[in-house]
Amino acid sequence: MGDVMANGLARRTLVALVENKPGVLARISSLFRRRGINIASLAVGASEQKHLSRMTFVAEGDPSTVGHIAKHLDKLIEVVEVSDITDANVVWRELAMVRVRATQESRPRVIQLANIFRVSIVDVGAEAVTMEITGDTAKIDSMITLMEEFGVEQVMRTGRVAMLRSALSPGGEDGEFGAETASNIQTREGLESGSV
Amino acid sequence: MMKKTGGQIVCEALVREGVEVVFGLPGGAILPLYSTLGSYPGLRHVLVRHEEGAGLAADGYARASGKVGVCMATSGPGATNLITALATSMMDSAPVVAITGQVGRAAIGSDAFQETDITGATMPVTKHNYLVMDTHDLAATIKEAFHIARTGRPGPVLIDIPRDVQAEEIEFDEAEWDKPVSLRGYHPPTVADEAEVAAAAKLINESERPVILAGHGIIISRAFDELLELAEKAQIPVISTLLGISSFPEDHVLSTGFPGMHGMAYASLALDQADLLINIGARFDDRITGDTKRFSPNSKKIHIDIDPAELNKNIKVEAPVLGDVRHVLNQLNPMVKKTTHVEWLRHIEQLKADHPSLKIRETDDLLGQQVIKAISDATRGDALIVTGVGQHQMWAAQHYQFKNPNSWFTSGGLGTMGYEVPAAMGVQLAHPDKEVWTICGDGGVQMTLSEFATIAENNLPVKIAILNNNMLGMITQWQDMVFNKTFYANTYTGNPDFVKLADAYRIKGMRVTSPDQLDGAIREAREHPGPVVIDFVINPEENVFPMIPSGQSVAELIEERL
Repeated sequence: MGDVMANGLARRTLVALVENKPGVLARISSLFRRRGINIASLAVGASEQKHLSRMTFVAEGDPSTVGHIAKHLDKLIEVVEVSDITDANVVWRELAMVRVRATQESRPRVIQLANIFRVSIVDVGAEAVTMEITGDTAKIDSMITLMEEFGVEQVMRTGRVAMLRSALSPGGEDGEFGAETASNIQTREGLESGSV
Repeated sequence: MMKKTGGQIVCEALVREGVEVVFGLPGGAILPLYSTLGSYPGLRHVLVRHEEGAGLAADGYARASGKVGVCMATSGPGATNLITALATSMMDSAPVVAITGQVGRAAIGSDAFQETDITGATMPVTKHNYLVMDTHDLAATIKEAFHIARTGRPGPVLIDIPRDVQAEEIEFDEAEWDKPVSLRGYHPPTVADEAEVAAAAKLINESERPVILAGHGIIISRAFDELLELAEKAQIPVISTLLGISSFPEDHVLSTGFPGMHGMAYASLALDQADLLINIGARFDDRITGDTKRFSPNSKKIHIDIDPAELNKNIKVEAPVLGDVRHVLNQLNPMVKKTTHVEWLRHIEQLKADHPSLKIRETDDLLGQQVIKAISDATRGDALIVTGVGQHQMWAAQHYQFKNPNSWFTSGGLGTMGYEVPAAMGVQLAHPDKEVWTICGDGGVQMTLSEFATIAENNLPVKIAILNNNMLGMITQWQDMVFNKTFYANTYTGNPDFVKLADAYRIKGMRVTSPDQLDGAIREAREHPGPVVIDFVINPEENVFPMIPSGQSVAELIEERL
């Protein structure tokens, strides 16, 4: 059943193509809520098809319940298609904006770290800078952890967006993955920091 | 192009959907629609006394007729009163369309008088719902709603219509009526994948001790003949679920009762000992499975269902088959080998002999079981039977011998006390010429007996049998057996005189207090052309057996009072 985390809950990633109408998100979230499934992240936006939006959910809950949730979602009239891509070969990304305290003294080091992580600085103020980070969850987590010594003032994350890899791409080489557990997040954090 | 009001569009759409009866109760926010309703004589409006009655009557009508049941209510309290009925239909897959009035569009969200967010409130208890904000969308919305309600796994659909949408006059294009329904996210399955059917057939042909678990899906898809063919061809005993009762004739030699919490012991034992369980249109409800880990442990399992989310939900199965039950059986039956299963059937007969399950104890007191048996004998199993929820429901399921398809109407999933009276109105209106008996408890009947007035007003000849033990019988039984005899809040010391109450509603009332009065009273009730209330004063100490306590298995089966 995919990835059972240390607390016994499973985390699964679902992608749904839905009609872009009022109330659709309420219907969907209601199905999660009544089964005690937490939506760890949610990203919604227009799809390539007119009047349809695509949503990426990361859902956490009891393994058998969360493993069955795609079938319940598919019953909603306004859900056109839904797939559980947890175990599929996907490429996924998340975007975060992080405002970090950056005083006269610390600013050079903040900017240096940002450069190493290929993170762009999108706003600079007298006492803080705001950076934009794109990557997988582990990269964003590592960056935020690194910034803590300077003082992280605000974090805004989009949640994960995921897409199946096209058939021609072998994938998997760059550490992008569908399956994820608390323990291998840690491993990858180490790898990511080491590789930059 | 023609000018039409929203109300006219609604009424015309209902006529076009083949609606003949609407159960409802008007209020301010639905008055524009009601001011139009009277001009459509093809739509018979049955004025109920409480909106829950409208919803449950629509449910009973839908189950009995196979058509979509329709109910109407106003905004706010009218709409919220429908919720229990919608949840009832949702749990038991009954096709219902509910039309509610809503405050005017400009007032929505302002906490206006009698405003409730009913689409929000009913999201979990409807298959789908709509708030129609543009009068031009009405015709297509109603068409969609009926389509969704009646196709696939049926269910209730609610349409909330602001009062100014009902009143608004628009230029209406008649071509609207002919536009096909097109829903990108809704494609209910019909025929099954051939490989899935073949896998199921293989398991059936290899099995030595097969049983069929016949569910409500048989009744919904009207697969009575197909079920009979399968059972007879391969000589497979047929156990029904509570809602599957009347999917298979109970006087048939292969009929093997219903299993589970209060089912026949031999049915539960047969499920336990089978090497193949063929679930057709049932959902492995917890009242049947008990402890899922110990449920039918020796069997491979086939599960035929129209709802993909039911497959492998409660019980993991070897052969899931996704499709409409009737279509699937038509695919499956030719692949099943003719066989006899002599030894297994002999064993089932032995189980029936060793565990009779339905013995009624010898006593001079009037027992609920005797009442049901007497009604069954008098009507020769030909009546349409409606029930509430509780001991009387279980006794009716056990002791009435159903001969005809779709002759049993009960709230199995939600367990809605109060279902009995309004649902019986719906069943009677669907079958005006058939004999309808509703078996009530004294608890449940008092939840919706306001509809006695509706029954009297419409002269619906429903026979209302109250099994009156002046208590919440099943509650008492659980407190007795599960809660260590801590009896509390279980007795009704102030029940009304039901005969006088019937009289107050101008309904014929009778009272039966001993077994020797039974046959005469039932005969008199049957001969009376109108509705009848019979107050059967039964022994209050009788419990329902067999019993498998909640969450347990056949190992804990209690066959009779120790």
